[in-house]
Amino acid sequence: MSAGTYAPKPGAAPVGRMIAAQAALETKMLLRNGEQLLLTVVIPSLLLVLFSTVDIIPVSVEETGGSGKPVDFLAPGVLALAVMSTAFTGQAIATGFERRYGVLKRLGTSPLPRWALMAAKTLAVLVTEVLQIALLTAIAFGLGWSPSGNPLFVLLLLVLGTAAFSGLGLLMAGTLKAEATLAAANLVFLLLLVGGGVIVPLDKFPDGAQSVLGLLPISALSDGLRDVLQHGAGIPWGNLAILAVWAVLGLGAAARFFRWE
Amino acid sequence: MPASPADTSAAVVQIHGLRKRYGSKTAVDDLHLTAGAGITAVLGPNGAGKTTTVETCEGYREPDAGTVRVLGLDPIADAARLRPRIGVMLQSGGVYSGARADEMLHHMAKLHAHPLDVQALIERLGLGGCGRTTYRRLSGGQQQRLALAMAVVGRPELVFLDEPTAGLDPQARRATWDLVRELRADGVSTILTTHYMDEAEQLADDVAIIDEGRVVAQGSPEELCRGGAENTLRFTGRPGLDVASLLKALPMNTAAAELTPGAYRVTGTVDPQLLATVTSWCAQHGVLPDRISVERHTLEDVFLELTGKELRG
Repeated sequence: MSAGTYAPKPGAAPVGRMIAAQAALETKMLLRNGEQLLLTVVIPSLLLVLFSTVDIIPVSVEETGGSGKPVDFLAPGVLALAVMSTAFTGQAIATGFERRYGVLKRLGTSPLPRWALMAAKTLAVLVTEVLQIALLTAIAFGLGWSPSGNPLFVLLLLVLGTAAFSGLGLLMAGTLKAEATLAAANLVFLLLLVGGGVIVPLDKFPDGAQSVLGLLPISALSDGLRDVLQHGAGIPWGNLAILAVWAVLGLGAAARFFRWE
Repeated sequence: MPASPADTSAAVVQIHGLRKRYGSKTAVDDLHLTAGAGITAVLGPNGAGKTTTVETCEGYREPDAGTVRVLGLDPIADAARLRPRIGVMLQSGGVYSGARADEMLHHMAKLHAHPLDVQALIERLGLGGCGRTTYRRLSGGQQQRLALAMAVVGRPELVFLDEPTAGLDPQARRATWDLVRELRADGVSTILTTHYMDEAEQLADDVAIIDEGRVVAQGSPEELCRGGAENTLRFTGRPGLDVASLLKALPMNTAAAELTPGAYRVTGTVDPQLLATVTSWCAQHGVLPDRISVERHTLEDVFLELTGKELRG
């Protein structure tokens, strides 16, 4: 490199270009990570195929909306699980390790503002979710899924669910040690998978437990998606409200308590 | 002795009365430091406050008291304006563990308006061989060179390098030094923390020695070696020379003694003039001085003298 190569010529790239580059890199990192793919793609797909074709957890005719096809009950739950796996589990683990390995610290002195970093992370989550939903929807159709309902309500549920899970995931990543986040995020994923109406209908639980479990973000999301997609229900205000409260609490706490180093 | 505040317009870093505590531990205590253009090395024992000082300049730490200006800007209040103008190399990490070297460098380049040619920089720092290896599987030296590349790719005015050659082999150290010198030649200033005295001696225009949260000495390596401690000239000759007569020929503040019969030591400001005075005095007295040696203090001597020789945790 010749003389003058390093002559200062500082300047930040346009913020839109920075966000696009950051979101592209984060998405690439996520899709390259084997453990992440297990959570976001393999487990939801397997659950959908397995429980739709093998009668492990009996789903009543009423629960399947009278069609008798388990996939009509399972597909909305698995879509909710996909959102949780990316926005919560995947994002918490990835961000926790980025914090641990100084990536967040290093980006903190780059021209990328913090809000733009968070915007890029959100974009990366949304891109991943679109890919997940495309794949899972295709599998569900292959299994004979016949959804109904207003797509706009579905979109609303997915967006609010993403916000709620992102807030909780970032709160965990920004306050716990990376190893603790890894363990806790996986444990929560497993617990909510079982107790959040994803594959096990909530009415299989005792009455007292049902009312508590129904307030979980995963239950609100899976229940709301099921109401719309399976039963063609109108706008699911109750579930949207639960998700909105979680989103406000989670994102608010994350903004307040997140430590960058 | 803090630097004279005379030429503050050219200062890239100005720290006045910086104080920073972590719990009950005072990391930096009323620290004053002015760094001009060029290469400034910040030396100090572990826990002296080097990293806290530098991280305050980078905007990572908020001062408990005092003011910090970097390129005339407040690192926290003016962060958005300052960040594009500085390049930061952390002691370790800073890269996605699953990212490849070229990928991360291309990414950092995209965050800047007029970045360097990434491919040329990769070749320059010998990172071309990293291929598809992800960051966590790179060698320590490769990781460090990548961090250095990330600090300069945005064409900053000022780079902060935190122990840039720690753990590098001699070839990689020299390659890093060469790059830092090229940066200076092209008008980029550098603030460098290091444990290596030879690194500071080789590279720095200005050296600040920090101990227990304060700057205890600052100056060019030559100034520090000259001023901090006396130098020594030794020679051997006939036993019983008239040391008092030699002393009369020497400048003030110079000492001379016969340590053991025939072994003489002169201490003071050892410069070419002093050496000439000693040899001509010997010639006048018909003495052939044997084994003349000049022991100049190194930066390490000065450092140890100022910061103490005992190990600290």
